[in-house]
Amino acid sequence: MQADERLALADDEQMAFEVPDVLVDRATHYCPGCHHGIAHRLVAEVLEEMGVVDDTICVASIGCSVFIYNYLAVDSVEAPHGRAPAVATGVKRGRTDKIVFTYQGDGDLASIGLAEVMHAANRGERITIVFVNNTVYGMTGGQMAPTTLIGQKTTTCPGGRCRDREGMPIRMAEIIAGLGGVAYSARASLDSVKNIRAAKKAVRKAFDVQQQGLGFGFVELLSGCPTNWRMDAVKANTRIREEMIPYFPLGVYKDVTEGEGVC
Amino acid sequence: MPHNTTDTGTPERIFIKGNEAIAHGALAAGCRCYFGYPITPQNDIPEMMSYALPDAGGEFVQAESEVASANMLLGAAAAGIRALTSSSSPGISLMQEAISYMAGSELPGVIVNMNRGGPGLGDIGPSQGDYFQSVKGGGHGDYKLLVLAPATCQECYDMMVQAFDLAFKYRNPVMVLGDAIVGQMKEPVTPWKPAAVPATEAADWRLEGAKGRKPRLLKSLFLEDGALAGQNRHLQAKYAAMQAEAKAESFLTEDAELIVVAYGSIGRIAKSAIRKLRAQGHKVGLVRPQTLFPFPGPLLRGLAEQGKRFLTIEHNCGQMVEDVRLSIRGIVDSAFYGHMPGEMPGSDDFLAPILDAMGGK
Repeated sequence: MQADERLALADDEQMAFEVPDVLVDRATHYCPGCHHGIAHRLVAEVLEEMGVVDDTICVASIGCSVFIYNYLAVDSVEAPHGRAPAVATGVKRGRTDKIVFTYQGDGDLASIGLAEVMHAANRGERITIVFVNNTVYGMTGGQMAPTTLIGQKTTTCPGGRCRDREGMPIRMAEIIAGLGGVAYSARASLDSVKNIRAAKKAVRKAFDVQQQGLGFGFVELLSGCPTNWRMDAVKANTRIREEMIPYFPLGVYKDVTEGEGVC
Repeated sequence: MPHNTTDTGTPERIFIKGNEAIAHGALAAGCRCYFGYPITPQNDIPEMMSYALPDAGGEFVQAESEVASANMLLGAAAAGIRALTSSSSPGISLMQEAISYMAGSELPGVIVNMNRGGPGLGDIGPSQGDYFQSVKGGGHGDYKLLVLAPATCQECYDMMVQAFDLAFKYRNPVMVLGDAIVGQMKEPVTPWKPAAVPATEAADWRLEGAKGRKPRLLKSLFLEDGALAGQNRHLQAKYAAMQAEAKAESFLTEDAELIVVAYGSIGRIAKSAIRKLRAQGHKVGLVRPQTLFPFPGPLLRGLAEQGKRFLTIEHNCGQMVEDVRLSIRGIVDSAFYGHMPGEMPGSDDFLAPILDAMGGK
């Protein structure tokens, strides 16, 4: 069926919401129940609502979401693993008039790319980072990530992550909020309609502070990876609520628009 | 910026270090972003860029590491900006990941390596131990950098202008490979003003937001059937076309029986040794490659076909000599003298090796 046929309304139907133009109309490579599709859509909606689609440059990272450029119709560049915040720094310093964002998973950002994200945040680079945390390395087949929960079994911690052996999961939104150049840092979840609505507000704010020149914008999105969690999509959403959110509390950890400004 | 005559274009000479000449040359070439991390013996470059670039309307970032500097370079390159990073050997090792991605994504940028002694932490003195890393790719995958090797402070200036032009001409990273000698010594330099960078540079591929056109994508990932092979064929054809840029200084080669091949500071020191030996009547000449990739192999081969013999002198344990031998293979071999990194060479050090090579006729 063609896209326009699919979208054609019957007489007794009305359009509840539209697909953002910037979201490419094609099937994704993501697994059933994966939240990347929702996260992509939130970014697409926010860019359109801000009217900045034609002024946006996306920095893709390494992991399942490297292919974000197949689904978002914006100018894009691919960064080496973990280096997206450094690449975004280069893009933004080269073109200070553009909106620049990275889209990174937890292995990319919280493990190999920790130095790059911390220093980009601390410098207060006027960029936005969309951080998708699903507690596992997805693309490589479900290995332990720095965000893997205690007791969670992965292919490289088959007995479950152990605090004494592998350390505790890293809480990025809190760490980023502690750095001086950060204008906004928040954690939201994609497990339910209510939480997705809150997540969109957080994504918007993380872009707004960049556009306003206030500093570094960071939003962490708790997401499901049913394939590597070895469960169906419904159970994955339940897991986010029952296991992830208690350890990774939702909320805004820094927002300079609500109080003190940054340099 | 003290001594800055680059904006006025006056031919006044200034007395500066090679490192400073690198910075002056970069600014004259229209460099608008610098990213770097401190390491000896090249710190004059970031120090100078940190106060000169903001006045030139550019951006200076002291990065958290050389890993980050090189990735910032990649980002600025993606935006079509003339950008620079500089470092010395251990830092250049850390940049190899991003340089490979830049080559794979066909992004132009300039990387200066003021080569110091290695391996490991080595020392902070001069060395040519990074020749292989510079000309054979350096990171993962099949790729090449254009590599320019200055021997004087003036060449440091001139080659920076050339480096930016070549980077954008070929959409490829360019390395300027100096060493602690040329970086730290002072000489008179005549700054000159190259033509302004055209606003249309990179206009057909740079990222700036997809206004009124389809989105652009700069990437090095090619998973589709045959796509990576196609990209590699394209890159190899580009590297072959670069051969047109090969350049070398020839000194007293015409009647020479022995050709000394040496690059950078060592080429210059060898020239002094050759002058001394010429005064004694020895027929020895010099070829000093100014581009290390592309390598001036056809020039050397032509000399080999004339029946000349060869001695390669390097400040390492034998790297460029392999390219010399490949260039003249089937005709003649090249002798080799390697001055050990960690020891500072003088022209007298080269007299005996040259006489030895001449005596072998």
